[in-house]
Amino acid sequence: METFLGLDYNVWWFLVFGGVISGYAILDGFDLGAGALHLLLKKEQSRRIAMNAIGPVWDGNEVWLVIGGGALFAGFPVAYAAIFSAFYVPFMIFMMGLIFRAVAIEFRSKEPMLWWRKTWDVVYNIACIVIALSLGLMLGNVAYGIPLNADKEFAGNWMSFFHPFPIMVAITTLALFLMHGAIYLTMRTENRLYTKMHLLANNFTVFFVLSFVITTLYTLLYIPHLSDQFKQSPGLFLLPVLMILAIANIPRQIKKGMYRYAFLSSAITIALLLIMVAVEIFPYLLYASNNIDNSITIHNAAASAKTMKILLIIALIGTPLVAMYTAFVFWTFKGKVKLDDMSY
Amino acid sequence: MDVEVLSRIQFAFTVAFHYIYPPLSIGLGLLLVIMEGMYLKTGRKIYEDATRFWIKIFALIFGIGVATGIIMEFEFGTNWATYSKYVGDIFGSALAAEGIFAFALESGFLGILIFGWNRVSSKVHFFSTIMVFFGSLFSAIWIVVANSWQQTPAGYHIVGEGMNARAEITDFWAMVFNPSSVDRLTHVWIGAFLSGAFLVLSVNAYYILRKRHLEIARPSFKLALIVATACSLLQLVAGHHSADGVAKNQPAKLAALEGHYDTLARADMFLLGYVNNKTQEVRGLKIPGGLSLLLYGNFHEPVKGLNAFPADERPKQINAIFQVYHIMVACGIAMIALTLFAVWQWRRNRLFETKWLLWLFVFSVLLPQIANQAGWFAAEMGRQPWVVYGLLKTSDALSKTVTANQVLFSLIMFTIVYLLLLVLFLYLLNRKIKHGPVSDHVQEELEESSKRNNPIMQQ
Repeated sequence: METFLGLDYNVWWFLVFGGVISGYAILDGFDLGAGALHLLLKKEQSRRIAMNAIGPVWDGNEVWLVIGGGALFAGFPVAYAAIFSAFYVPFMIFMMGLIFRAVAIEFRSKEPMLWWRKTWDVVYNIACIVIALSLGLMLGNVAYGIPLNADKEFAGNWMSFFHPFPIMVAITTLALFLMHGAIYLTMRTENRLYTKMHLLANNFTVFFVLSFVITTLYTLLYIPHLSDQFKQSPGLFLLPVLMILAIANIPRQIKKGMYRYAFLSSAITIALLLIMVAVEIFPYLLYASNNIDNSITIHNAAASAKTMKILLIIALIGTPLVAMYTAFVFWTFKGKVKLDDMSY
Repeated sequence: MDVEVLSRIQFAFTVAFHYIYPPLSIGLGLLLVIMEGMYLKTGRKIYEDATRFWIKIFALIFGIGVATGIIMEFEFGTNWATYSKYVGDIFGSALAAEGIFAFALESGFLGILIFGWNRVSSKVHFFSTIMVFFGSLFSAIWIVVANSWQQTPAGYHIVGEGMNARAEITDFWAMVFNPSSVDRLTHVWIGAFLSGAFLVLSVNAYYILRKRHLEIARPSFKLALIVATACSLLQLVAGHHSADGVAKNQPAKLAALEGHYDTLARADMFLLGYVNNKTQEVRGLKIPGGLSLLLYGNFHEPVKGLNAFPADERPKQINAIFQVYHIMVACGIAMIALTLFAVWQWRRNRLFETKWLLWLFVFSVLLPQIANQAGWFAAEMGRQPWVVYGLLKTSDALSKTVTANQVLFSLIMFTIVYLLLLVLFLYLLNRKIKHGPVSDHVQEELEESSKRNNPIMQQ
């Protein structure tokens, strides 16, 4: 096993993959959250502003999903093959959600008719909710485990996806994105819309905290393989403590009007959540709920050491570049949204 | 129908639909760079208006390209799990490189390209346009590399046996520069430039015929005509190189392209024709011995025929492959003829007087589209029954856990959604074209006056 700085390549790639997925959840999370509350905004002008708040960045944010897909395919092809063929139907629905979100954003502003815009508003809102829920459902199932046969292929049927735990994760994901998106919009809006977003941000924070607490309690009580890491090494409890601090900081910053810090806190919350999931499932990528020996791990699913090395080099060159121009784009469009003739 | 047929139909359908858009993005990207460059150099407003107009069309095309493109990345996993395991080591790294080097660059700067006109300086905007164009070119590199590796595998070795066998990289650069990637990449790039150039030609020909926006339409038409002429001619060279490569690396595919069954028979080249798959005869208009001439420079050198390959190692749908290949070639020749004739008319100062020629250009937007699609069908069908040439059969590459019903469900869903997308796309494209490259202030005034007559819009 080849290593770099004391960790083997597979662990490094697991970290890279986790980083990309966290990046996706943080970045597209606020787009999806903003979309999932779209219909709560009543005025045409408010809806336009909300859509243009994510307008220049949502596409770049979705790239993280593409990179994540490539990262999984390249680094852990066995996991890529097993996960997407197992989640065939939910994944197709997730994809449809992505298509409809993209075209709703693209098409909505192209016609002035009221019925046209209202139709796309509904499509957009539903698409974002569907994306958040299906993403959460799949993440929940990956963590909870699905039945796998000895060839590391899915051995259940679609009913096996609907355990209480994945459903709870799905709802928590939606709540998390709603909170994150509402805070983002608060940061980017003014006047009455801003007041409304402020209120929504608070409410969604409560929604998220409730669903998160319920899911966590359920995990601790009923799913030993997702809590034994924490029970064994108490030092890890630092993570949930940090997360509670981050969550607690959100309403505090909102109250003070420091939306950037509130947004940062909710971004940190998302990252910590995913880190906790990663700690719990490591070294598994897909846990076999029927027979632990059939599980897919970062070692039995991995590409060759040579490919791992190439991938790490690609990531080392690519990541700073992506970070640089992402920062440049966000910096260009910072501040409150102003509609102009190029807006949606 | 079984899972294999359904999965192949779904993949072909989703990728063919997707491939309407990326070539247009690449080609329009090139023209945007040229137009905006002209604007910066001359400072003339017509170039600014043209650039801003095509950016809006670019945004529409790019949006659908992304939405349909993400599907492709995951379809390998959903429908072709065994394939994914087999090639993940190689194909996956090309895909990961595409995401991080190309797609991120393109999508990142796209925001500035579309929304940044009033936010950044004109030089920074021009830089963003170039970056978006480069991003799309880089995308093509990695995707074509991945596909070319399937056609002509190199830089790998096989590890494991039976169902656990898979290809692993031994030499990254040999994988990237496998025998067909450079030829095929140039072929794909030029095909994409043609798509963009002919779209610009078509729209501007329409304006000229309608006597609208003439001060913008005429110079834009000329710019696009230069690009289109150069690219049509270059494509002849690139296409020829590709065919040479196919003859060398994938002889069964080459034989299928011309319906050539018998090695000992004279190797003809057909202009058009029909292959009878049963009697192994081809009827049609041909150049006797033309295939030998094309490949070896004489009329009699034998070319390996389909019968020289075992029945389960050569493609079956010979007539279909023959037809798509010849459709591609015909479109290519039509583009050369059309652009050369237009250039000649230009030299005689009669370019914009010949009405029928302009009408031909209005519809010529379909030529590169058809050629691109037909060419890819020829390339992919000609590779059958292999998914990775000589290594892995398509029938062995499926997801074993996915059922026919699931694929049928997703195929029906894709069909409905994509048809809807296509209708909306054409509708909006048409609207934008009808709207034309006028600055939005003019348009806003028009809208204002229509609002006054429309009580709903006053809310």
